[in-house]
Amino acid sequence: MIFLRFFVGVALLMPLGAQAHEVYVSNERDNTVSVIDSATWEVTRTFPVGRRPRGLTFSKDGRRLFVCASDSDAVQVIDPDTGKLLHDLPSGEDPEQFSLAPDGKTLFIANENNATTTVVDADTRKVLAQIDVGIEPEGMAVSPDGKLAVTTSETTNMVHWIDTGTLQATDATPVGQRPRHAEFTRDGRRLWVSSEIGGTVAVIDVATRRVIETIGFEIKGISGDRIQPVGIALAEDGRSAFVALGPSDRVAVVDTESFKVKAYILVGRRVWHVAALPGGERLVTTNGVSGDVTVIDAGSLKAIRSIKVGRYPWGAAVRPVAGVRSAGAAE
Amino acid sequence: MPKRADLTEGGRGAFGRHVLPALLLAFVVLSASSVQAAPPASPTLTIHYVERRVERPTPLNNEPPIPDDEGLRGAELGLRDGNATGRFVGLSFALKPTVIEPGADLQAALAALARESGPLRFLVVNAPADDLLAIADAPETREAVTLNVGAPDVRLRDRDCRARLLHVLPSRDMLTDALAQLLLYKRWNRLLLVSGPGADDALYADALRKSAKKFGARIVAEASFDARGADLRDSALKEFALITRGPEHDVVAVADERAEFGANLVYNTASPRPVVGTQGLTPTAWGRPVEAWAAVQLQGRFAKLASRPMGAIDWAGWMAVHAVTEAATQLKSSDPAAIRDLLLSKKFEVGGFKGRALSFRPWNGQLRQPVFVLWPGAVVAAAPVEGFLHRRTELDTLGLDEPESACRAFGGNG
Repeated sequence: MIFLRFFVGVALLMPLGAQAHEVYVSNERDNTVSVIDSATWEVTRTFPVGRRPRGLTFSKDGRRLFVCASDSDAVQVIDPDTGKLLHDLPSGEDPEQFSLAPDGKTLFIANENNATTTVVDADTRKVLAQIDVGIEPEGMAVSPDGKLAVTTSETTNMVHWIDTGTLQATDATPVGQRPRHAEFTRDGRRLWVSSEIGGTVAVIDVATRRVIETIGFEIKGISGDRIQPVGIALAEDGRSAFVALGPSDRVAVVDTESFKVKAYILVGRRVWHVAALPGGERLVTTNGVSGDVTVIDAGSLKAIRSIKVGRYPWGAAVRPVAGVRSAGAAE
Repeated sequence: MPKRADLTEGGRGAFGRHVLPALLLAFVVLSASSVQAAPPASPTLTIHYVERRVERPTPLNNEPPIPDDEGLRGAELGLRDGNATGRFVGLSFALKPTVIEPGADLQAALAALARESGPLRFLVVNAPADDLLAIADAPETREAVTLNVGAPDVRLRDRDCRARLLHVLPSRDMLTDALAQLLLYKRWNRLLLVSGPGADDALYADALRKSAKKFGARIVAEASFDARGADLRDSALKEFALITRGPEHDVVAVADERAEFGANLVYNTASPRPVVGTQGLTPTAWGRPVEAWAAVQLQGRFAKLASRPMGAIDWAGWMAVHAVTEAATQLKSSDPAAIRDLLLSKKFEVGGFKGRALSFRPWNGQLRQPVFVLWPGAVVAAAPVEGFLHRRTELDTLGLDEPESACRAFGGNG
C-alpha cells in the first residue's frame, strides 16, 4: 500500500513528454564534472574526477558514469548519484575518447599517446586487446549492431576499422587532416567523421568504407581556418547533423540527405562537442574557452541559454533514465 | 614489410599478457589489408637529411648549448610518424643523414651521396644560405625537392629563390612581422633597436625595420653593441644602461642571432622596458612552452625520442619529413615525381600542430604557418594576431606576399 502510493506520487510529479534529464560535462582544466538539470538548466552538482577529464559516457542503465581521465591514464567508473569513484578501469596510456559497445560492457578506448585502441571488459575489468592504429587516435565509435568499431587517428589522418569479433584492425580509410570525432548513423550504414584542420566532415559508406561526401563550411566574416569541426551529434529523427566548429564559435546544422548546411548557430567560444537530449528538442554544446554550455533549441535552431560550468568544458553526456532511450552521448 | 616505428614502446607493460606480439600484429594488419585490396607495398622512399655543421660560440650564461642533433632528431620523429601512418597504405620511408663538417667539401659530399644512394629525390637540408643554394644548384639534386629547415634568410624566398626549393622554417621577416603584430596589438609602438655586429644581426635588424614600417611601429633610436672584447659579467650593468638611454620608447628590440649579449640585456636596460627580438620576447616557429592545438602530443613524442625539448629547427625537421610522407600517403604512392608535384601544388595542405592547415606559398615555396611569440616561460601570442587581415588567408600577413616577392622560379606569377 505504501509502495503503491509512492509510485503514484512520482508519476504525478513527472510532466508528460518533457522529462528532466541530467547532463554531465567534463571540465578539462578543473578536473571536475558539472551536472546540469535540464528542467531548470542549472548546475546542481560539481564533483572532482581524475586529471584532464575529456570523454564521458554512461552505462545503459545510467547507473555508472565512465570518464576518460587522460592525464591520470585511467578510465574512471563513477557513481553518478554521489560522484564517488567506484573504481578505475585499465585504459592504456592517455585515454582520450571511448565508446561503449551495444553489449553494454565492451569499452573501446582511444589511447592518444601511444597509437593504440584498448578494448576493456567493463564488468570483469580486464583488457581484452590492444590494437595498433595510427598516430594520436581520438575519435571512437561502435556501430549500432556492435560488429564494427572505428577510431580516427589525428596525425595519420585515417579512420581505422576494427572487427569487434576478432578485435583486429582490418582496414583504414584516409580522411581530411586531423580527424577528431566519428559517429555512426542510427541505421549503421553511414559514418560521419570530422576533420578539424581539414575543416570538413566526411560521410563514409560503411559497407564500402569509402567517403561518399565531403562537407565544407563557410561562415561570412570568419576566416576559413577558424572553422574547425570537432564534435558531431546526429539528431534522433536522422534528418540533421549538428557539427561543433571549434574556434568559429558556431555549430553547423547539416541536412543528412542533401548534405547542405541549413544553419550556423552562434554558441560559446571554442565549441568542442554537442550532445542531443532524448526527445530531440534540445541539444547542448561544450564551449572550451568561454567555460560554458549552450542550450540549442532544435526547432528554431537557435541558442536559447548559456550555463556557466568549470574551466575548459570538453565532453557532455546525457544520463539515461530508465525506460527512456538514450540519445547517445557525445564523448 | 613496413617499418614499425615506436609502437612496441611504453605504456602497455601491464597488459603484456593480452597483447599479441608486435610482429604478429603487424602481419595481421598487413594480411588483413591485402585481403581488403589495399595497394601493394611500394618500394621504400628514402629522404636524405643533409646538414652543414656550423661552429657556435660558447654559451654566455651557462645555457644548455644548441644540441648537435638539432633538426636531425625532428626529422627522425617525422620518419617514425610517417612510417606509422604509411604502413596502412603499404608505404615505407627511410631517412639517411649526412653531416658535412665545417670546412669540408660540400660538392664532394653530395657526389659521394649520390654514388652511394642513387638519384636523390627528397632532401631535408639544415645549412646556411650559401650552402643551401649550392645543394639546390648541384647536378646531383636536379630531380630533387629540397626542403630548407635551417636558413631563415629572406633572399632565399625572394631574388635567390629556386624552383623545387621549399622553405619549412619561417623566414626572418615572418618572425619580425609576427613580433610587430603583437607589439602593435599591445600598442607598444616605439622601439629602441640594439644590433650586434654579425651579418645575421644586420639581416635581423633590417627585417625588424621593415616589419615596423609594414605595420606602423616606429624605431625611435638605434644602437650597436659588440660583446667581443668586453667581459659582460663586469660591464653589463653600466654599458647596457648607456646604450639603451634614448628617446621615449616602449620596448628595447635586440638583434643578436648568435646570442652573444641579448640575454644579458634583459633587466639591464636604462628604462624599465621589455626586451624583444632575438632574446626576451621572441618570435619563433616552435619552442618549449608551445602546448595548444595538441602540440603537447608532438612535444611528448619528441621528448621521448630525444630526451630534450623540441626547438624551432627540430620542428622544421619534423615538419619537412612529415610533409613528404603525408604527400605520399595522400597519394598512396612512393612515386617521387607525383609526390613532388603534389608538394608544389596549390591543393596540398598539411597539419603541423599549429591549429591551422599549412601549405606552401606558390610564389616562393615558403610554408605558410603561424609564428609563436614567446619567452622561455610561456607563449604570449600566436601570429597572425587578431585583427591583422588578408584577403587570401591571415597567414599571408607574415612574410613576403605575392606582389612583394621577386621570386620568379616557380613561374605563373609576378
